[in-house]
Amino acid sequence: MSDAAVVETEHGHEAHQTYTGLDNVKMAMWAFLGSECLFFGALISAHLLYRNRTGDGPTRQEVYDIPYTSVSSFVLLMSSLTMVLALAAIQKGDQRKLRIWLMATAMLGASFIGGQVYEFTTFVQEGLTLQTSPFGSSFFVLTGFHGAHVTIGILMLLSLFAMSKIGRLPPSDANKVEMIGLYWHFVDIVWIVIFTIVYLFP
Amino acid sequence: MSTVASPTTPWYLRRPQAKTGLWSWLTTVDHKRIGLLYGYTAFIFFVLGGIEALLIRAQLATPDGTLVDADLYNQLFTTHGVTMIFLVVMPMGAAFFNYMIPLMIGARDVAFPRLNALSYWVFLFGGLFLYSSWFMGGAPDGGWFGYAPLTSNPDFLPGANRLDFYALGLQILGIASIVASANFIVTILNMRAPGMKLLRMPVFIWMSLVVNFLLLFAMPIIAVALFMMTFDRTFSTLFFDSAGGGDPILWQHLFWLFGHPEVYILILPAMGIVSEILPVFSRKPLFGYSFVVLSGAAIGFMGWGVWAHHMFTSGLGPAANAAFAVSTMFIAVPTGVKIFNWMATLAGGSLRFKAPMLFSLGFIAMFIIGGLSGVTHSIVPHDAQQQDTYYIVAHFHYVLFGGAIFGLFGGIYYWFPKIFGRLMDERKGKVHFWLMLIGFNLAFGPMHILGLKGMPRRYYHYQSGLGWELWNMVATIGAFIIALSVLVFIFNFAQSRKKGEVASEDPWDGRTLEWSIPSPPPEYNFEEVPMVEERDDFWHRKYKEDQKGRPVPVPAGGAEDHGAEDHGEKGHGIHLPSPSFYPLIAALGLPMMAYAVILQSWPLGIIGAVVALSGFYGWVLEPATAEH
Repeated sequence: MSDAAVVETEHGHEAHQTYTGLDNVKMAMWAFLGSECLFFGALISAHLLYRNRTGDGPTRQEVYDIPYTSVSSFVLLMSSLTMVLALAAIQKGDQRKLRIWLMATAMLGASFIGGQVYEFTTFVQEGLTLQTSPFGSSFFVLTGFHGAHVTIGILMLLSLFAMSKIGRLPPSDANKVEMIGLYWHFVDIVWIVIFTIVYLFP
Repeated sequence: MSTVASPTTPWYLRRPQAKTGLWSWLTTVDHKRIGLLYGYTAFIFFVLGGIEALLIRAQLATPDGTLVDADLYNQLFTTHGVTMIFLVVMPMGAAFFNYMIPLMIGARDVAFPRLNALSYWVFLFGGLFLYSSWFMGGAPDGGWFGYAPLTSNPDFLPGANRLDFYALGLQILGIASIVASANFIVTILNMRAPGMKLLRMPVFIWMSLVVNFLLLFAMPIIAVALFMMTFDRTFSTLFFDSAGGGDPILWQHLFWLFGHPEVYILILPAMGIVSEILPVFSRKPLFGYSFVVLSGAAIGFMGWGVWAHHMFTSGLGPAANAAFAVSTMFIAVPTGVKIFNWMATLAGGSLRFKAPMLFSLGFIAMFIIGGLSGVTHSIVPHDAQQQDTYYIVAHFHYVLFGGAIFGLFGGIYYWFPKIFGRLMDERKGKVHFWLMLIGFNLAFGPMHILGLKGMPRRYYHYQSGLGWELWNMVATIGAFIIALSVLVFIFNFAQSRKKGEVASEDPWDGRTLEWSIPSPPPEYNFEEVPMVEERDDFWHRKYKEDQKGRPVPVPAGGAEDHGAEDHGEKGHGIHLPSPSFYPLIAALGLPMMAYAVILQSWPLGIIGAVVALSGFYGWVLEPATAEH
């Protein structure tokens, strides 16, 4: 069997032309991200309903440390830049730079998660837990699900890193980096929305 | 990895090659086989849900029924609802999407064959997980809508982990739906044969597209609601705990914001099927194709703006009630557009009353009744009277059974010859139809009266002397007639599958591409990818129109036979996606993690996560094709 004839429809970039001209995987990723919008939309709506229902527990103003969260938000946003650089690197066929930027992205994401863990710990010490008030429940569940998304993203970035390391991420597979990049940017954008609505919005 | 497997590929990454037997079904990525798996599984759940319904009806046949106690009754009506919606109508729709979408758009498979297999296995495991609750302390007993705080506080319904099974089971099924919806959306938009513009697509494909967009956007909302419920139950969060400041009405908003689009998720596939059957059995093109398509899309948009009509009695206030009353009345308009177009399709056609046609006509008639009683709910004071009575039960069975189930049965009769290469027995099909139509109306017609007489839903027994005896007995008799009709269907199906008259490629003189290929279709579907030049392309290859617009057969040899030429060995050189066992492995991790929540077992959760992750890693790393 010759290599050239072997195409699988799952690998849209190699398969024959699609009807719309858009890559299958890319379209599916956009669809999935559309679905995710509703997921976070529902969580954010619930939080908006509960943001001032603090019961006997601490209020938003009492627990939020805006300068601290601004810094960790900046860290996460910078990871979008390194993600773009990683994609540019694989498109140029530069495996070394690809790995550098993938690792940088993962590390920036991990710093954000570390910051979130620290923030959660502080909040718990100040008396805000999942069970304190509807505000606490909706805050931790919303930001926790976002953190889980970032963590899954880190896992995928590290997998890409490992695949590049063993030589199984050729430039023809650049769309894999692009797809995970789309996911990563989406998670960043969701954080901008969360940071604005949950933290900054008075 | 898009490389060919080399002899150095480790055994666990080689793609399985079995063509027959159990192993081939476990590893299949063929959309036709997955469609059959979906269909058979959904039908088994249909029988289970039907048995639950019969137990309910037997209990209510006479006053003070003693067949089941209140506790078991709660489990029965909850499981019946959850089963029929999530394990029967949705996956039966998915069965048709799977089998028919690629055939009707001229494709050799779906866009993501392995994701397709994953959807099926996740669905199967979700269903088995839900049903395993019967053996682990009882089935969910909080209603299919699972209203908080009854369901979110483990002290209110103390039956073991019943509601955890509900929350986690639906969560798993939701994952299957989201994965499938992304797959079908890409398939429909990207895999169409050349020339099949959007407005040349069969109506069933259009309705599938709308349904899958609805699934894509509705399932994450129920996922959030179910997560909140699980957290309330497991970690004592306060989402729906009014004592702690939470709001139980939030559950209703989230649930129905999913739940109303869900109604259209259930009915639109049947509407698509009927829109295919009516033109074929009237020998006329569908009347007002673009109106039917656009009204379906309009339903898809407007379906998001009516959810609070499920909540008129929850105290939303007059402004919200009025707004949702108006939007609810308004959504009847695109539905009405469809019905008038179907009737205009029939008008003046040469009608053939075969089983698929009968079920389609039954669909229209029953759906009109259900649609009209639905509009009565939009009148808020009227709804306050109907809330939680049998009038509501009557209404949604007329749209879900009289509508969706009749349409789906029509689809089975219609496409059976394409799928199995044999015709279903027509006489038994007619017996099935008439028994089901009569049984259905006897079972659910009287419930309108019972509801208006004040009989409440979900009560496990009632006293005599309230004037409900007669109609309850009639409804029970009707339910058993439905059961009889299903037995006729099962017998007919099994017999026709073996001994039915052999079907040609095109037994109904069809209009769409699936009839242009052999019955049953070869593994690769199309020998040559067809070129589509107009709507109902296959029909126009067979017929030209005379001056009065009547179809005239194209003389033999005059037709452009796309793909019918013989190229020696059929299907030679067509590469199909290779089977894979990783979808099955990845799916297996999900129920393990769900059991871990129920058994509060960290080790099981970790094992489940490892199984799922290894499934996905194998998925990414396995070569694109098998060794040869």
